[in-house]
Formats: sequence, structure tokens, C-alpha cells
Amino acid sequence: MLVWSRAGRILAWTAAALVFAIVYGLPIGVIALASFSGQWNDVLPSHLTLVHYANALRGDSAEQAQVSIVTGFAASAAALICGSWAALALRNLARLPKRALDVLFFVPSAVPSVSVGLALLVAFSQPPVLLNGTRAIVLIAHFVLISAFTYGNVSAGLARLPPEYEQVAESLGARPFYRLRRVILPLVAPYLIAAFSLSFALSMGELGATVMIYPPGWVTLPVGIFSLSDRGSIFDASALTMILAISTLIVLVGLSRISSKASVR
Amino acid sequence: MATPVPSHLLRSDIATAGEARSALSTAAAPSLADRRVRGIGFKDVTVAYGGLVVLDALTLEVRSGEIVALIGPSGSGKTTALRAVAGFVRPTRGRITIGDRDVTNIAPYARNIGMVVQNYALFPHMRAEENVAFGLRARGASQAVLRERVAESLRLVGMEAYAKRYPRELSGGQQQRVAIARALAIRPQVLLLDEPLSALDAQIRRSMLDELAKLHRELPSLTVLYVTHDQTEALTLADHIGIMRDGKLIAFGASRSLYRHPPNRFSAEFLGRANLLPVTSVQPIGRGLAEVRFGEAVLAATNPHGLPQGADCLLCVRPHDLRLRQGEGGHNALAGIVESVQWQGEANSIVLDVEGHRLRLTCAPLGEPPEPGTPLALAFDPHVVTLVPETSGD
Repeated sequence: MLVWSRAGRILAWTAAALVFAIVYGLPIGVIALASFSGQWNDVLPSHLTLVHYANALRGDSAEQAQVSIVTGFAASAAALICGSWAALALRNLARLPKRALDVLFFVPSAVPSVSVGLALLVAFSQPPVLLNGTRAIVLIAHFVLISAFTYGNVSAGLARLPPEYEQVAESLGARPFYRLRRVILPLVAPYLIAAFSLSFALSMGELGATVMIYPPGWVTLPVGIFSLSDRGSIFDASALTMILAISTLIVLVGLSRISSKASVR
Repeated sequence: MATPVPSHLLRSDIATAGEARSALSTAAAPSLADRRVRGIGFKDVTVAYGGLVVLDALTLEVRSGEIVALIGPSGSGKTTALRAVAGFVRPTRGRITIGDRDVTNIAPYARNIGMVVQNYALFPHMRAEENVAFGLRARGASQAVLRERVAESLRLVGMEAYAKRYPRELSGGQQQRVAIARALAIRPQVLLLDEPLSALDAQIRRSMLDELAKLHRELPSLTVLYVTHDQTEALTLADHIGIMRDGKLIAFGASRSLYRHPPNRFSAEFLGRANLLPVTSVQPIGRGLAEVRFGEAVLAATNPHGLPQGADCLLCVRPHDLRLRQGEGGHNALAGIVESVQWQGEANSIVLDVEGHRLRLTCAPLGEPPEPGTPLALAFDPHVVTLVPETSGD
């Protein structure tokens, strides 16, 4: 603690809490309140209702939530496998080629998601590979957008792993796949879980690319929220936003518990 | 490490991981022939990184059952030599053999070595017994062999009571014991120890040093290559010591001999804190002794390197071989002025100026240590001091 006086500490905590409340608490609080609001013409809603949640669970929203979760899991799993594979393959490369390939991997994260959506639309709207209007193009877009983060997370984990673990394992007679399975993957498990969590959260919230390429029948929650707010159904959109946030949070909390167990070991 | 070791524990005729599987499925009786094939050979081994030579034409033989310590300052190439045996660096030239097998181009996992590193590298997600079992599992050992070897190895290092603990629940010394048990469980052809005690505090290091010495007494057929920068570890454990500098082996010999008769200045200074006085006019006087002149004084010393008459050389006197004497003159006598006196608990260390050269003397604690500026007379036994060629060892 850099602040030594009691009064100073109280002041610092108060300032931090205030900033946190304004930056994070207020927007989330407003959305949460709006999702329960029957009518809101004053500072606070005039009455509260659960009708927007009922609408959300009755209509297409449940299906949209399911689509988002399936997309998030599938794209994150694919990104985790490919990103980990790439990180494992590239870690022992010489510095220059590794840096060049690092840049290639990180390009999608530096390009706006709308551009990625447009690029996929243009690329896969013509033969020989025609994916426009399919679910696959949504999964590919999400995979492209999140794989850089997965690669980055797993690379960071591998970089922090002392080489002695693998060397000692090898000296004891462990072949490459055995070392990977019994030593490397368990040791970087917290990073793999963190990478998957981040990818899943990003996928769940992805709108820019998805809105350009989603096919009928594969509408994600962010696209649904965007459509509702575009039509002026702000309270219904708020309820959906809360469902999106809570479902993402539940998955992330579950993953973080697994990650904590892996870290403790 | 108190339990006697079954002689078969370190028996090793396992050449590859494939052979290991078949060997591990049976617990065969030890064979005398094993002793012949467990040494390590470096033949003109050179390692370079991008043109920078870090190990320069190393030729060295570690015989079966020996402990050879490689010592030297940082960057001298000692760890590179060990890593070359393990297979983690590839020589740009030369051959490495383990036993009668050329392993230069063999993958590390097929070399059948045990390795213990400075930071233990115990797998943190495995319990102590799982760590010890790792190598056996990797080689496909049967459950019966695995249970027996894990128990034996843990007993060998006195850690059987800690088998179920995770590494984070063990102290540094305990972790190092488990690391040694893990390396021994596979019955390696050779054991490579890379500064295994440097992460431990001084007291535990001394205790582990005793235990390593005891371990080798219990496993006399185990060949060990021990890399350290600590001369005490090397002198305590090693049968032979190699001194390295700038990627080259500049001295190699039996520990006592190398300590008593260092072949060059660097070895004398690095292995023990030698006083080196420039002397001239070497003249043999029989019984391996030679007469030399230091200023006005005529001194006698051993001349193991056969330095010719008239050669410039150094008189190597260990601080504990100097003794204080009453009066002046006499054989092998030097006169000096006290510069400083340090009390070190079990000894006094006195630094003297002897004709412009600094000399360090250690002796039992003195009741009344001399004050700086006091003239003192010194003497030494000519049979415990040696003449060293005035070369750096290159």
C-alpha cells in the first residue's frame, strides 16, 4: 500500500469506488433497471415489471441465447486448439521468424470486426467456396476474431514455463506427445482456461462482423439486441442484454473456478 | 538417506526408451559388466551458438562409478558440457558417448540419463511419488515395477513419509531429494547434476552435500557428472575435477592432486584461495623438491610439473599451510607486515604484505590477534607447497 495514513487510505478507496461506480456500475445499473421497467419517463422508472423477461423467454430470444452460446463454445474451442497448437509450434522458432508469425497471428485483432465481416462476405460469396448464408461463416468470423487472443494467452503461458520442466521430463524418457500431455498442458492449464474464457466472452459480445454475415435461423443475442434497440424496444433489449451478461458470467465463473483449481496445484 | 540401497536399484543396462520398456518389465539381477559401460566420453566436443564458441574442443572421460565435477566461473561452458550429454545442445563438432554408445545424435529421451537441476523442476501438479514415477510411466513400466522403484527411490533419499505431498508442501531440501529420487528411479546410466545445491541455504546445502556423498557411497557404481561453481562441493564430492574457463577445459585431475598441485595460475586461484608468489631460479634439490628464490629468501617447494632451472614460476601456498613462527630466519621463512585481521569464528584470517605481495594466512583463533602494522614471521612445510607454471592455462 502506497498510502500510509488511515485518512488517506479511506480517501483513496472512496475515490476508486466512485470512479468504478460511474464507469462500470452506472451503465450496468441503468440497463438492469431498464430491463425491469414498465415505463421510464422520470429519473427512475414509474413501475417495475417482469414482462420483458417473459418476452425474452417466450420469443426468439431463448433461441438466440442458445445460438450465441453454441457459437461461443465452438469458435472458442476451435481457437483454443489452433491458438495453442500455433503457440506450441512457434515457441522454439528463432526470434525473427517467430516475430513475423506473431504479427500474422495478431492481425485479425488489429482489424475492425466490420472489416473482417466484409472480407469474409466478399471472399466466400463466390465459388469455389460458397459459405455466404451458412452458419459456418459466422463460426469462421468468430474464430478469426478471437484466435489472436487465444494465441497470445497461450504464448504468454508457455513463455513463463521454465524450460527445465520439459527438459527434465525428456531426460526421464518422456517422448514429445507424453511430455505435452503430462507436463506442458497441465502446467499451462490456467492459461488455456483463461484463453478460452476470454475467447468465449469476446464471441458472446461480437456484433460488428456477425451482423454482416449472419444467416436466417442463426441469429446471435447481440444481433437480436441490436435489432430490438433499432426498433425502439429498449426495455426488451435491456432484458436480453442482462440475459447475455448473466449467461456469459455463469460460464466465466465456472471456468475461473476450474482455473483456480489448476493454479493452486 | 539412511537406508541401505538394494544393489539392483541402480543397475542399468537400459540403452533406449524402447529397451527400457522390456528391461523395466523384469527386475533382473545386477551384472558386473554394467560397470564397464556407464562412463561418459567427450571427444573433441565443440558447441557454438551462431559462430560464438561456448564449448571448445572438450575431450574428457568420466569413468564408470566416478563423480567428476566441472567447475568454473559463469560462462565457462560447464553447463553447456552437461547439457550436451543430456542432449539439450547439439555439438557442432565431436562425439559424446555414454558407456559404449555414441549418443551425439540421439534424442534426449532415449539417452537413459538422470538429471537434477538447480531449481529442482518438480512437476507442481504431481505429488512426490508421482514425480518419482514419471520416468517409469513414460517408459511404460509395469505397475509392480513402478511401485517397487518409487518406494525404493523415496526410501533411498529418506522421503518415503512425504510421498503424498505436492512439491509446494515440501522445503527446498526435500524437493531436491525428491528430484534426486526421480532421477534415480529410472536407473540411469549416468546422473547429471547441474548446480543441484545452489538454490539451498548454506546450512541445508552442507547437509545435502553430506547426503550426496553418502548416496554415492551407497551407490558406488553410479557415474555422476556434477556441475557447480562451488569449489567446496567439488572437493567434497568429486573423484576428479575439471576446471573450465572460456569454454575450455584448462585443468583436469584427481581432486586432491589438483588442489595440491594446480597446473596453472587460474586453477590455483579458482580451486581454493591460493597465495601465489613469483619466484625464480628453480634448482632441483632431490625428493621432488626444488629450490627457488623469492627476493632475498631461498625457499623450497615441490616441483610436480618438472619446471626447468631458470623458469619463471609461481609458488602456490594455501592460506592454511602458512604458520606463524617465533623469531626470524630459518628454512622456508618469510617476513611480512600485518595489513588486516579478520575473525571468522572458527579461524582467524590474516592478510600480510610480504615484499609487496599480499599473502593470506588462516589459523586457529588467536588469543591476541596481531594489530595491523605488526611484523610477523611465517614458515611453511616445503612438501605442501607447489610450484606452478606462470601460465593462465590457455
